[in-house]
Amino acid sequence: MISLTAVSMAHAGGRLALDGIDLSVSAGERVALIGPSGAGKTTLLRLIGASLQPTTGLLRIDGVDPWGLSARDLQRLRAGIGKMHQTPPIPPRQRVVTAVLAGRLGQWPLWRAMASLVYPLDIAGARAVLEPLGLAERLFDRCDQLSGGQLQRVALARLFYQQPQLELADEPVSALDPALARAVAVALNDDAKRRGVTLIASLHAVELALSEFSRVIGLRNGRVAFDLPAGQVGQHHVEALYAGAGAGQVAEAAKAEPRARLTRCA
Amino acid sequence: MSAVVRDPAARGRATLAVLGLCVLWPLLQIAEFKPAVLFAPGNLATLGGFLATFLPPATDAGFLGLLAAATVDTLAIATVGIALAMLIAVPLALLATRSLSIGRLDARLRPLSEAVRLCARALTLVLRGVPELVWALIFVRIFGLGPAAGVAALAITYGGMLAKVYAEILESTDLTPTRALLAAGSGRLGALGYGLLPVAADELVSYTVYRWECAVRASVVMGFVGAGGLGQLMDQSMKMLNGGEACSILITFLLLVMLADALSAWLRRQVRG
Repeated sequence: MISLTAVSMAHAGGRLALDGIDLSVSAGERVALIGPSGAGKTTLLRLIGASLQPTTGLLRIDGVDPWGLSARDLQRLRAGIGKMHQTPPIPPRQRVVTAVLAGRLGQWPLWRAMASLVYPLDIAGARAVLEPLGLAERLFDRCDQLSGGQLQRVALARLFYQQPQLELADEPVSALDPALARAVAVALNDDAKRRGVTLIASLHAVELALSEFSRVIGLRNGRVAFDLPAGQVGQHHVEALYAGAGAGQVAEAAKAEPRARLTRCA
Repeated sequence: MSAVVRDPAARGRATLAVLGLCVLWPLLQIAEFKPAVLFAPGNLATLGGFLATFLPPATDAGFLGLLAAATVDTLAIATVGIALAMLIAVPLALLATRSLSIGRLDARLRPLSEAVRLCARALTLVLRGVPELVWALIFVRIFGLGPAAGVAALAITYGGMLAKVYAEILESTDLTPTRALLAAGSGRLGALGYGLLPVAADELVSYTVYRWECAVRASVVMGFVGAGGLGQLMDQSMKMLNGGEACSILITFLLLVMLADALSAWLRRQVRG
């Protein structure tokens, strides 16, 4: 479903965020990306999400190079890719129901999107995805009345409402408490299993990666350090991946971070 | 080498401050602004004499009737002018703003979108580059004396101003929700309604109401060139050296501005919920 051939990504300034990645993920796989800060996890997810064009190398989604598509076809491709972020990108003054329905903007015709702003057109649909996440009662509350964990579950509900063929989650549980983090990771995996779609998530919680996902890819310095079924990842793999992530590494990551942020917004 | 770490930005800031003063000082000379003249004894007496004619404000029924009619005229000119200006400004702002640019999302150049954006920006520049007073003078020749000329002049200049500021407000708000929607395949207008407006709505409303307040003042100025309303009344009163009437008109201005303030506060509360 997804294949990357010798993909590299250079940030402005020439630093390589990704360095010759070869990777293929087939439909229905549930992949966890782990690795220290600045390893290139976010960049890799943005490349696979067709938000960022690789500097060199070839990326194919369903056999298609997104950057060879027309603007309209690229938009259609993106509408089939669901994305989740560490901080939910939801306007604070928006109501929960609207935030969830926004998941289908890529599929709805314009008149439907605009009409739904006046009166939510699929209240039942929004309720159906919020219910299992324990948020059905918050349907008409404003998002700034929710806690951080609730807001992340609204973002999750939006992703489920979109019903994408490919789910990409960039550190979806890093800001949540351990119990909620596990619940969100489980919900993501269950949905992907149930609908048979591909899930790729970057995580800092290694134990979640090992227990919930089918495949684990370790990234380090923009390269694939290991790529194994979750059951075969041993303690030594993880230790080697994060080895030396002490003071020196942290300083380097801190230096790289603002640049990474900028490109995230660019 | 000194061990003390200095702020690397300090030198740049100091240079800018000095440069700013170097530019301001000659400008002050050119503008011939000498505050001392204001307080010279003769001038103060003249000013006092002029202001004394303002009291008491005119309150005879005949004039108050005229005043009420002129106020309604002015409000109508300003409101219709702003409404028409918004018709011009909204599409222009959407074309001109970079916030809804998909090219900025994925850094893939789309020359056509860039060209459209540049044209929209150029158009807003032309619309607001010519002062509304000049437009009014032109339109008075087309529509004749009366409010229509004022409305047309306001619609054009304020259309340009609103478009520019709308576009900039949309650019200076938090774009994370918008970009997330665009990255998930949403169209530009969908991203506007679901990502951008919920963040920017209160600022857009408050700027629009402020512009309406400015339109009230501008319609008064245009009244002096025959575009009707309070300005025309003020022009007549001043020419007849009737300070009391001028004073009543000024009080009406003050009330209108206070009304605009209250309206703005109320609308913002509605938007914030």
